[in-house]
Amino acid sequence: MFTSSEDMDTDEGGIVKQFMFVNRKAPYGTVYALEGLEVVLISAAFEQDVSMAFIDDGVYELKKGQDTKAIEQKNFSPTYRALEGYDIEKLYVEKESLEARGLTEADLLVDVVVLDRAEMAAKMAEQDVLISF
Amino acid sequence: MKIGVLVNEGPYTHEASDSAYLFTKAAIEKGHDIYRVFFYHDGVNNSTRLTEPPRDDRNIVNRWSELAKAHNLDLVVCIAAAQRRGIMDENEAKRQGKDAHNLADGFRISGLGQLVEAGIQCDRLVTFGD
Repeated sequence: MFTSSEDMDTDEGGIVKQFMFVNRKAPYGTVYALEGLEVVLISAAFEQDVSMAFIDDGVYELKKGQDTKAIEQKNFSPTYRALEGYDIEKLYVEKESLEARGLTEADLLVDVVVLDRAEMAAKMAEQDVLISF
Repeated sequence: MKIGVLVNEGPYTHEASDSAYLFTKAAIEKGHDIYRVFFYHDGVNNSTRLTEPPRDDRNIVNRWSELAKAHNLDLVVCIAAAQRRGIMDENEAKRQGKDAHNLADGFRISGLGQLVEAGIQCDRLVTFGD
């Protein structure tokens, strides 16, 4: 689905960094969520310590039951369920963002760790590289 | 310091590209090493040589090309994002059967791996976007 590994030299001399991809946008109003996911999948090939954070409208990316037929766009939400197969298993969701949107963990299509805002900030502070979409 | 720059927005609509350019220029002047500038999302639109702003405005695309030439910068445009938005180099245009190509001087088209690699290799990866 998202495989474009052109010219990829993934041997980075054994350097392993903590990468966190921060998802802040709803899945369909803009392209950020989709193109952000493409970066996450490519990063899996580099054997880095990858995690994803979902905050603000980004929590909608993980909402169950997405149906995009009427807007003529591809429903890419099943890809989040495939992340496990890429060894991307650290998915952090901000509690306050869920609550503000009337969502709970049960509304999400993958297993996540829910963190409050302060815990999320601490998690971000631990990272070597933050890429935000 | 070794610095990577990520540009996520197109020219003129957002100031992100201006800020990224001014940051890159200032970092070079301070003696830092710009490892790579990576253009993603609408940021790929910073690389079309068909850009023609009014004469009294800055030419964002040419400005990047000139900076790249002067300092041997690596300006990389994401291939998947570029193809969606109609940015092609000569080879890609030929491969896709298109009748034109528009990649400006000093830019090259490559994969997202180049962004991840910049994250690994640089001391700082600085994002410009929304």
